[in-house]
Parts: sequence; C-alpha cells; structure tokens
Amino acid sequence: MQIKDFFRRPDISWGMFRVFARNLKVYQKTWKASIMFNFLEPLLYLSAMGFGLGAYVSDIKGLSYLNYIAPGFVASSAMWAVSYESTYGSFLRMDYQKTYQAIIATPLSIEDVVLGDMLYGAFKSVLYGSVILLVIFTLGLVASPWALLLPVVLFFSGLLFAIMGLTWSGLAKTFDHFNYYFTLLLTPMFVYSGVFYPLEGMPDFVKEIIWFTPLVHVVNLARGLVLGQVGSYLLVDLAWIIGFIIIFINLPIALIRHRLAR
Amino acid sequence: MDNVIEARGLVKRFGDFTAVNGINFIVRPRECFGFLGPNGAGKTSTVKMIYCHSPVTDGSLKVLGMDVTKEARAIKRRLGVVAQEDNLDPDLTVEQNLLVFSTYFGIPKSEAGERTKELLDFFGLKEKAHTQVDKLSGGMKRRLAIARALINKPDLLILDEPTTGLDPQARHLVWQRLRKLKEQGVTLILTTHYLDEASQLCDRLVIMDRGQILEQGEPKELVARHIGKEVLELGSAVCHDLIPQLAGLTSGHQVVGEALFLYTNDGQALLRKVQELRETNRQYLRPASLEDVFLKLTGRGLHHEGENEVEHAD
Repeated sequence: MQIKDFFRRPDISWGMFRVFARNLKVYQKTWKASIMFNFLEPLLYLSAMGFGLGAYVSDIKGLSYLNYIAPGFVASSAMWAVSYESTYGSFLRMDYQKTYQAIIATPLSIEDVVLGDMLYGAFKSVLYGSVILLVIFTLGLVASPWALLLPVVLFFSGLLFAIMGLTWSGLAKTFDHFNYYFTLLLTPMFVYSGVFYPLEGMPDFVKEIIWFTPLVHVVNLARGLVLGQVGSYLLVDLAWIIGFIIIFINLPIALIRHRLAR
Repeated sequence: MDNVIEARGLVKRFGDFTAVNGINFIVRPRECFGFLGPNGAGKTSTVKMIYCHSPVTDGSLKVLGMDVTKEARAIKRRLGVVAQEDNLDPDLTVEQNLLVFSTYFGIPKSEAGERTKELLDFFGLKEKAHTQVDKLSGGMKRRLAIARALINKPDLLILDEPTTGLDPQARHLVWQRLRKLKEQGVTLILTTHYLDEASQLCDRLVIMDRGQILEQGEPKELVARHIGKEVLELGSAVCHDLIPQLAGLTSGHQVVGEALFLYTNDGQALLRKVQELRETNRQYLRPASLEDVFLKLTGRGLHHEGENEVEHAD
C-alpha cells in the first residue's frame, strides 16, 4: 500500500447496500444457529461470573455484581460478533471464495464492496448486542429507557470494529493470522476495558493506555445508558468512537485495493 | 461502428516484472477476438486491464470508446466477465447467483427474474436452479459463470480461459453456447492456451508470448502465411542435410528436439521426395495448425514447460 492510497478520494455508490444485501441473504440461511451460539457464550459468562463470583462481591458502586457486569457484555458480545465477521467472514469472501473479485467486475467499486462488508459488520454488532440487551432486560438488569439508544452506539462501535477487522484482513496472509488479532488485541481489550470491574483501581498509566483502546468507550456508553447514569462525559466516549471511524475508514479500503487490484 | 477496444502501447508491470510489454491491438464489433499464448504470456494481465480490474501501468486503453482509467463504472456496466478462477458465490444457489448478481447492475427485480429464467434455460441449468453451487460439476459451474456474465446483456463478453480444466464434452458444450452468442451479435474476447479452441472460435487472434504480441490475424490466414497447408514430421534431425534438396517443396522448417518439421503446401509430393532420398524411422504428414505458427515464432511449443518459462501468477 502506498500512503497516497490512504488519502485517495473514495469512489462510493449506493452499490454498497447491494453488497450488504448479498451478505444478508446468505445470513438468512444460518441466522438461527448463529444467534444461538453467539448469545450462549455471553450468557455463560454472565451467569458464571454474576452468580458465582457475584456471591463474593457484595457490591460495586452500589450495584450488585450481576447488575454491574451485564451492560459490559452487551458491548463485548457486539464486538466479538462484528470481529468474527470482518475477519474470518470477509477474508473468506475475499481470498477463498473470490466473491469480492466477482463483484468488482460489475459496476461496483472496491469501496462499495468494503463498505458493504463494513455495514454488514455493523449490522451484526447491533443485532448480537441487542439480543444480549434483550436478555439482560428480561433478567431485570436494565434500569433505564436510555438503553433504547444503545443499538445506535452499537452501530458505530460495529463500524469501528469492522474497520479494525477488515484492516487486519487486508494484511493477513492466511486464516492463522487472525489468531494473533484475537489473542493479542481483542482478548486483552475484553479483560481490561471495565467489563468485569471498574478501572479506578488501576495505576494511572494503565488507565491512560486503556483510554486509547476502543472497547472501554463502548463499555462506558453501554453502562451509562443501561443504568441511566447519563451525562455529557458520555459524549466524549461517543466522539472517540466516531473520530476513530472518520480517521481510519480509508485504511482497510486502501489495503484491500492494494491486495485485489493488481 | 467504432472499435470495441483500442489498446496503444499498453504496459503492465508488477514491480520489476513486465507482464505486458507495450502491446497494440483493436477489437471490432461482433467479432470473437482471441489471445493465444502459453501460461505467463500476459493474456490474463491484458484482459484484467480491459475489465478494469488491474490498473494500467502505461499506454492507453479504450473500451467501448471510454478510457479505463477514468470511466471504469460505465465500462463495467456494459461488460460481462468470466474470470479464470471460479468466483461463483458458493453461499448461494444457482438461481440466487444470477439474481444477486443482477442487483449489482441495478437491474429491476421482474426483469432480473425473466432474464435468469432465459439464461438458465439457454445454458441447460434449469433443473439445477435450486441447487447449491458447490454441488455442481466443473462444466456446469463454468456454464453458470458465463450465464452470470450475461445477466446485464453485455456489449462485450470477456472469457479468461473459459474451458481450462473441463473434460472434452463439457468444453464442446461451452463452445456451442459461445458460438450461439456470437451469432446473436455479442462481441467476445477470450484467452486460451488451447489452439483448437482458438481456431474453432476466434475470427481474429493475437499470439502472445512474454508480454508481447508476436503476430495477429485470422487463424487460417496465419497458418497459411507462416506454414502452408501441411507439416511433415520426420523422426530424426539427422535429416537436416536433406533440406537443400527439398527446395521448392517446402516453405520452411523447424527442428523440434529430435524431430524435423517441414512446412509445405504439397505434402504428398514432399513425402514421396523424402522417401526417395532417405529412409527415416518416422514420417508423419498432418495438417498445419496454429501450434506450428507458435512454434515457428517462438521456437517453443504452447504447452512447453521449460526452465525458460516465465513463472508468474498470471
């Protein structure tokens, strides 16, 4: 990839929604099994940690442990869902099935294809996050109608994680390279972004490092909205996410162009 | 009508490797135009530039009167592309492959449905409409790929090695369909390293090797011009000294490994003369073909896999 590709003006059309629709059509065949498995895992965590560990933790900031960790799982489940999609899913379409190659021989551009995949990633983020939100709502763990805004947050966080995943896909040589992505980037974020415990107890420099990673901002927003603890400070988190999207949206496009259009 | 394609000084480079080295050609409306050459000749690189997949390194390339560097979307709207590798959508059924593809061209749903029916019918895939693509045979997949490329009623259909890997029967089925398309007035471009395919289908062709066009013209005319009517193969190059005595009967010769190929317009007379002069262990008189032309131009066969061969993911 050359630097100038990153600053190239994107060639976008409505065609990206057709790519999105194509992915949705494929998803219609597997969605039931797919949703089942995707919500089973966070449910296992939630029940094991919430009830198991929760029995020993009296309360965190006046909340039962289950109440405290539930919103974070909405954020992290959404992250996992979009991340699998924009790595394994997109890489499969790009490298093995050559679906991307077939599409760019039609009037659609590489931008349309990548943005279509990004939208699809964001869709999965909203869907899987909302499923968990529904689950914690039925468990009586949602305290405020502000939670209705959470899907909007999940759309943006979905775009963000799709950009990250597609960037990695643009660089990856084989499927094995995604192990690094999950082990070195996503798992540390999952355990250090305040899903399980407040970050106040961490040393300052750790907190500063964490601030520069995305998941913590999604967790802050999810917790604020679900618990109804809403303030202007949440706008900083939202701005962080949207800023990330604006700055980096061209990166996976440039990388994938470099990879395909040779 | 204007030319469908005009290429001038067309160059494609991958780093230090020059895949296409300044070629010129034109493709006229309603003809079947072929790129014939061995693997690595630059055929695929050339057609990938035509269907706006690969950026042009240098030179100019106009497709349907438009510049590929400026109007890719408008060009692609009017093209049908059958790529070398199978890129059908394995997540979808046969019918869905066509329907989903039609949405990329913005074809209205009702029209797409009709067109899909027609195409499945034309390509003998009607019974397979609801079959998952990965359950199809190689020949059916290729036919589906061609059907898919026709969903937008293209003005130009590009086929990159359309029958590579197919068994003879499946190849003939594909050829039949392509001939019919040509009758219907579709302009075709195909790359191939099969000379029977080139001579069966192409009105005109270019012979490519190592990124360059060695020769161009009509298949029959090329054979007649370079070789003549027939080729007499003699089993041993020891016959080399015969050549001066055969003057007037041959139009040229080529040593191929141990064998000597004599080009002629009167095979029987040449054969009689050779038999008078010398007993050889093997004599074989056969019609001249494009492969002889290629051999003469390059000194190598089309399917030669020597160490000189340029290895490239072409």
